[in-house]
Amino acid sequence: MEAAGESLRDTELRLGLPGTDAPEKPASTVTRGGKRALPEDDEEGYAKSNKSSSSSEEEQGEGDLCGHEPPAAKAQVVGWPPIRSYRKNSLHARKVEGEAAGLYVKVSMDGAPYLRKIDLKGYKGYKELREALDDMFKCFSLGEFPRKEGCSGSEYAITYEDKDGDLMLVGDVPWEMFISSCRRLRIMNGSEARGLGSRH
Amino acid sequence: MTYFPEEVVEHIFGFLSSHRDRNVVSTVCKAWYRVERLSRRSVFVGNCYAVRPGRVMARFPGMKCLSVKGKPHFADFNLVPHDWGGFALPWIEVAARGCPGLEELRLKRMVVSDESLELLARSFPNLKALVLVSCEGFSTDGLAAIATHCRGLRELDLQENEVEDHGRQWLSCFPDSCTSLESLNFACLKGEVNACALERLVARCVNLRSLKLNRAISVESLARILARTPHLVELGTGSFTVEHRAEAYQRLIHAFRKCKSLKSLSGFWDIAPRCLQAIYSICPNLIVLNLSYAPAIQGADLVKLIRHCFKLQKLWVLDCIGDKGLAVVASSCKELLELRVFPSDIYGTGTAAVTEEGLVAISSGCSKLNSLLYFCHQMTNAALITVAKNCTHFTRFRLCILDPGKPDPDTNQPLDEGFGAIVRSCKDLRRLSLSGLLTDKVFLYIGEYAAHLEMLSIAFAGDSDKGMVYVLNGCKNLRKLEIRDSPFGDAALLENVGKYETMRSLWMSSCDVTLGGCKALAAKMPRLNVEVINDRDDSDEMEENPSDMHKVEKMYVYRTLAGARNDAPEFVEIL
Repeated sequence: MEAAGESLRDTELRLGLPGTDAPEKPASTVTRGGKRALPEDDEEGYAKSNKSSSSSEEEQGEGDLCGHEPPAAKAQVVGWPPIRSYRKNSLHARKVEGEAAGLYVKVSMDGAPYLRKIDLKGYKGYKELREALDDMFKCFSLGEFPRKEGCSGSEYAITYEDKDGDLMLVGDVPWEMFISSCRRLRIMNGSEARGLGSRH
Repeated sequence: MTYFPEEVVEHIFGFLSSHRDRNVVSTVCKAWYRVERLSRRSVFVGNCYAVRPGRVMARFPGMKCLSVKGKPHFADFNLVPHDWGGFALPWIEVAARGCPGLEELRLKRMVVSDESLELLARSFPNLKALVLVSCEGFSTDGLAAIATHCRGLRELDLQENEVEDHGRQWLSCFPDSCTSLESLNFACLKGEVNACALERLVARCVNLRSLKLNRAISVESLARILARTPHLVELGTGSFTVEHRAEAYQRLIHAFRKCKSLKSLSGFWDIAPRCLQAIYSICPNLIVLNLSYAPAIQGADLVKLIRHCFKLQKLWVLDCIGDKGLAVVASSCKELLELRVFPSDIYGTGTAAVTEEGLVAISSGCSKLNSLLYFCHQMTNAALITVAKNCTHFTRFRLCILDPGKPDPDTNQPLDEGFGAIVRSCKDLRRLSLSGLLTDKVFLYIGEYAAHLEMLSIAFAGDSDKGMVYVLNGCKNLRKLEIRDSPFGDAALLENVGKYETMRSLWMSSCDVTLGGCKALAAKMPRLNVEVINDRDDSDEMEENPSDMHKVEKMYVYRTLAGARNDAPEFVEIL
């Protein structure tokens, strides 16, 4: 059952990305007795395709989003689902903080024979990250890790490759922004690093 | 039996532990009433407005434990406006005068001010236990008063309250002489506490068996605490943010290994999957595990843990566990009695994390299951029928299909038959919550088969008044009925008005009940309070004498001996 007129739908408030279709809101004045204005066929289709694509836990998160149109967000009904505010607030706060299932990125160091992997979520900030990297790679290096961004005179600089594929110096942006855009880390050799540092 | 001396009768009554049994014996004859009331130690008031505090104190002068509940259950979901009522102060004031020997106080869904807590702290020198569940209105200042003045306090249990943070010093208010604590739960507090004071407190309370920390407590602190409390039985961890190779984490693993009595674990906020290893040593002893606040833990990590928890009886998880994870639970946790699966992605478009498959798997592995709360994206009749066949011991069955009014996706049918199978098969069912697409038929089944049902929650269900009438006429033991967004109107409301005096309360919101219907009910049944709760925004409209045809947005009806309450806010009209 389509909403009456495209224009009405345009003015409708809803959650979800622009351009995605939300099913009819189950508002309190919804008709009852099975004559619900929900696109049930879509629901079925979604449910079925979702079940068939969940072949393993690990794939579930990525596979569905790539495989087909993500279903649009449902509009909110007051007090639904019936979850205590305490729990809702707790989870919501977590989402705002950007919790996810860990953010593992590769860390390479110039000259080291193999790479490592670290979970960016496991650190509270840059200081902890540097300490961890120091700890992880000290067997390969002779010098100290830069405590400040782009310190000249130090042997290494910590850089990262961001979402756009650019090589960036670690430490410029707020921590939260960093972990959401960092794809991999690279501990650069002193000579190359000096080039980066001198831009500041 | 009246020729037995009273001491003998009193002695016999001493074996009656349930409130209901004691209530029943007190109605047999005057002599029994008197013996019972003088010997009652534990009093339960299910609705704070059903009876005046003074009357309770007068009837039970020997009362030692008092338990009072305030707001209706739907207040948990923001359906009851903020200032509706449920104030603890009158109860504490009256108890302070009439029952100063009070030892235990339990309050649920009530408004508790700092003033009340201060009065409480000063008035009851023998107070041993204070339990506040889903309450609000107080701050850490009130807790400071409790800590300061309640000598001999054994239990301070704060469950899911909204507490304003006025600083960390409240915990330091427990004097050095306080060594009596056996149970301390401050998991719901948002602010920091003085970690040193906490460590000293737990060290000197040698009988401490239950400790639930809040999110502000670090892993370092937890490791130190556990080192001093190796006899803990229940633990709620604080924040579990730690690099798994950090020294603190190693100390934590070591500390957990020493806690041989740990049977219950909760907390785990912010835990990274890798850190779950820390508790592997405890899993074989675990009876209770609550991971429902750990969204970072996905199914695969959980599964590694659950495989070791073969004694588990109570499990609370998020739906990230997935159907596969639930299958592992089913094969590992044969003693499971209670399962709660909460949604991790409430508003979003996320993948369907658990479906009917998970529930069917659980039912085939965990036949002892008696309590279920299950949030899922879909459910089928076939699955429910299978569950009903596998698990006949359900006393609490709450199913929440996230999309209101959603039918069986395989057949496009309502879920009447599925729920019908549940009520037919589970003869001891006391609590039921429905969801999904449902017609009047499901209520026919409930009325016919759910003989012991005490609490029923209905949302977006039914076709006509008949549905509600089936329930009111059929369920002999019904005590609480709460309905939202369902097509039940005045005819249903007024069909069996006497029924409401046998129940604690009835809630109806966004249904078809009119003001006229409510007035008629109030007129017929003077011992019911019929409250019409208007949304604050509408209260201007309500000023101008709404017609009786006007549909009532929220109605709360409850039996009472106290008459209309005098603390109702403007937007509540008591008819």
